[in-house]
Formats: sequence, structure tokens, C-alpha cells
Amino acid sequence: MTTCDVVVVGGGPAGLCAALAASEHGATVCIVDRQDRLGGQLVKQTHKFFGSKDELAGTRGFEIARILSERLARLENVTVLLEATALGYYPDNVLAVEHEGLFKKIRTSSLIVSTGASERMLPFPNNDLPGVYGAGAAQTLMNLHGVRPGDTVLMVGAGNIGLIVSYQLRQAGVNVAAVVEAAPVIGGYAVHASKIRRIGIPVLTRHSVKEVLGRETVEGAVIWQLDASWQGLPGTERRVPCDVVCLATGLTPLVELLWQAGCRMKRVPELGGHVPVTGEDMQTTVPGVFVAGDAAGVEEASAAMLTGRLAGLGAVHGLGLCPEYERLSKEARRNLASLRTGPTSDKVRAGLKKLEEVLQ
Amino acid sequence: MTLAETGIPSAEQVKSCYPPAEVRGRGPVAVFECFQRIPCDPCYWACPRGAVLEFQDINDLPRVDWARCNGCGLCVARCPGLAVFVVDETYAPGEGLLKLPHEFYPLPAEGEVVDALDRGGSRVGEARVVRVVGKRRGDTPVVWIAVDKSLLRDVRAIAIRPRAVRPRDGGESRV
Repeated sequence: MTTCDVVVVGGGPAGLCAALAASEHGATVCIVDRQDRLGGQLVKQTHKFFGSKDELAGTRGFEIARILSERLARLENVTVLLEATALGYYPDNVLAVEHEGLFKKIRTSSLIVSTGASERMLPFPNNDLPGVYGAGAAQTLMNLHGVRPGDTVLMVGAGNIGLIVSYQLRQAGVNVAAVVEAAPVIGGYAVHASKIRRIGIPVLTRHSVKEVLGRETVEGAVIWQLDASWQGLPGTERRVPCDVVCLATGLTPLVELLWQAGCRMKRVPELGGHVPVTGEDMQTTVPGVFVAGDAAGVEEASAAMLTGRLAGLGAVHGLGLCPEYERLSKEARRNLASLRTGPTSDKVRAGLKKLEEVLQ
Repeated sequence: MTLAETGIPSAEQVKSCYPPAEVRGRGPVAVFECFQRIPCDPCYWACPRGAVLEFQDINDLPRVDWARCNGCGLCVARCPGLAVFVVDETYAPGEGLLKLPHEFYPLPAEGEVVDALDRGGSRVGEARVVRVVGKRRGDTPVVWIAVDKSLLRDVRAIAIRPRAVRPRDGGESRV
């Protein structure tokens, strides 16, 4: 059994910022991450990020991972367990972890869950054929491992992930036959859409994939137009030659650990699914258990960095280590609120309002 | 069809952000094709001349003081949305200069003739590469192209033509 002040589960943008905020205030911090390096999804993000200067706007995602990891490496009170899996959190404040083939226990005063989100699947015939990928998986293959997922891709979903991965596929020399989007409008940022349109990638709104063709692997896909009630219109089918179909149809928060720890949960579709009920300090209904990043509701990385900072500050405040908590947390909340004021955050704001109403 | 439906700004949107003729007649000037309020402000920090006015709210669209813009293109390389371009109508008789962000390797060579594409990716003419700036790994390269003056407003991307033997980009590693 080891002991530390704060355990952070998940070393993505939220977890890294949570660990930084906590360790800078003198807390002993342990980061548990299942990958072989810190950074979460940042490590494969080759595009420049939006947001504000404080959250490293204009910097490429993988560089943000490097910068945050280097800041952490300078702090002596931080330990990192890589290729480690958090298994459960128990009422005696013990987190069970599998690491290097051993069952380990860490006793902690505060737990910060920043486990991120997972990609959603879409039901259609042959969606289990090799060649049907989550867009994030295709991105991992090419940007982390240097492997082209195929020659020609059909992208399903025109949110930011679908648009960005389409762009990065083209950067890797892969053709993108089209991006289909079931909604009447493009969900991602207009600038991302414009970037792929001017290099000749079509975006078809009110379209979806009807089925994937092939016996052993993907040999093509059939797309069709959707009507106003999102139903496929017979007669509008078109065959798209492709050997890869990428699904970018949304993310769902990864919250198993929070369920298991006994946190009160609420299903908020605007935030991607079930999320824990929290106060503005990101503390769940289980005292000492905090949440940050996409696990608290799916948003952009810059928001994840700020909810991470808030959770980290909240954790050290609970330990009496943060005399300036009021000022620092207020500042982080103000920056977070300003990121969320625009029209692209309408959904997130509506979701957060529903969460607040639970506590009233 | 709107920008939200197609990803292509409408003619009115393009017109609304295009610098007036008297500004364009003075020399190179930046064009901000940024039409959606998103939380983003690196262009403000990128401009050493203060031509991008300070944001009241991080979601504000950039506002440009044309008098202070000399078309240097630093904002072209910094915009995460690759939404800034520089047009120069004074480049040569009949020919304009366009500076555009281009994140595809291999980079074109100076002097190379490339296809000029519009906002929908259609080929509208050809362009001659004049300079390539920002070849350091991680930078957004900015390609300067000379195009027929009538195309300055429409060309927003380039496509390299197939080459039999492709010269290496000076030790450049792939992103």
C-alpha cells in the first residue's frame, strides 16, 4: 500500500492540468494512465488548438502534451504509473490499480477521475468488417504509429473529429471520398470544414451510411440521403468505393469508475451520456472524488484543461494546501465560462444547466 | 446553401471580410475568413503591429485595422483555423500575390507551377510558387503564389501536380 494526497486517473489534458494544479500546491500526486505515455488524446493531435493563450492556443495538440508533461517532470512530488489500469475505488479511500502485473493499492485523500470519453458505434449492416474504424483509431494508427489505415476513406460524421481526421488523412496521403453527416448542418467548426472543402473533400449533410459492402474487409459503402425525420430515403442510395469507413459519430464519457465509487450520476444527452453530478469545484457527490475533462461531459480540450485545473485546485483546497483557492478557482471558472459563451457551446451550456438543476 | 451546410463561405461573407479597394491598392493586406464565433484568439497575439484589434470576448470575430496591416503574413501561420490569407494586388501588372497556409508535404518548390483551387476545391487556374516560408517542423508553412489578378479573391488552396521525380524538401521530416 502506498499513500499520496491526490490520485489522478487518466493523464490527458484534464488529468495533466489537475496534477499540475495539485502538485504546484505541495500535494503528493500520483497519475495512473493506461497508455505507455502521458497526454491522452493530445499525443495524436497534429493540428493547432483553439482556445486562449493560457491554454496554449495555437499550439499543436501533441506539443501541448509535451509541454504539460515537462512541467510535471520538474515537480518532485509527482509519480506516474504508466500502462496501469484503475480497477476500483473503495470507501476506505483506497484505489486499486493493476500495474506491471501486480495488484496495487494506493491510499489517497482525493481522487480525480479524468478518464475521458470513448467513441460511439453506429448500427448498420457489416459494421463489424475489418476496415470499419472509429475515427480516433484511424488517427492513432497514422499519427502515432505511422500506419496508413487504407487508401480511400468514407468519413461518417462532420463534427470536429470527423473534419480534423479527414484533413489529417489527406495530410498522410489517404484519399477521403466524402464526409457524410446525418444532421442538416455541419457540427464541427466552420474553419475545419472550410479547410477540407478547399482541398476537394465533399461534405454531404443529411446523408448517412446505409451499409458497408465486402466479405472479408471493406470493399465499399452505400450512402443515402436522410429525410427531415432522419430516415433513409429509398432511391437515393449511392455506392462509394472505399476500403475504410471511419465513424466520428460522437463521444460518450468514460465514467465506470465514478459509478463504482458511488457517485450520483445523471444522463445528460448534451454532455454525451451519463455524467456525475458535481458542484462548481468539480467535486462529485462522494466527498473527495472529483471529475475533470470529458468524463464530466464531452467538450473541447481547452475546457478539459480548465476543468482539470479546477479539480486539482479543489482537491488541494480540501487538504488545506491552497490558501488562495478563492482567487485561483474564480479565475479558472471565469476563463472556463468565457470559453463556453459562444454559439458552439450552446449544447454544453444546456447540459450543464440540467446538471445544476439536480443540486437545487 | 450556407457555410454551416457546405463548409464554404457565401459570396456575401467573402465580400464582408474582403478589404476595400483603396486598402488593396496600397499593397499586401490580410483577409480574415473567420465567420463563426468560436473561443480562439491567437491572431490577436500574432500581430506585432496591433492590426488585429483586442478581443472583448474570446469568441469575438477578429476585427482588423487595415491602416496597421502590412500583409506580413505572421497571422496566416498562426491561425489554428487556417482562415487567414494575404492578398497583394500591387505585386505585378496583371498578376497578384497570394500568401496561403499549406500543411501538406512535400512542399512545393519555388518557381513550381501548381493548380490553383477555390474554396470548394475546384481548379480555377494555375499559380506560380514564389516563396515558401516556415519550413521548420511544426510551423504552418505559408506558400506565396503569383496568380492572375482576377483570381486573387477566389483562390484559397493549391494542389501540386504529379511529378516524375520529386525533389526532397531540404531534410524536412513528415508531420
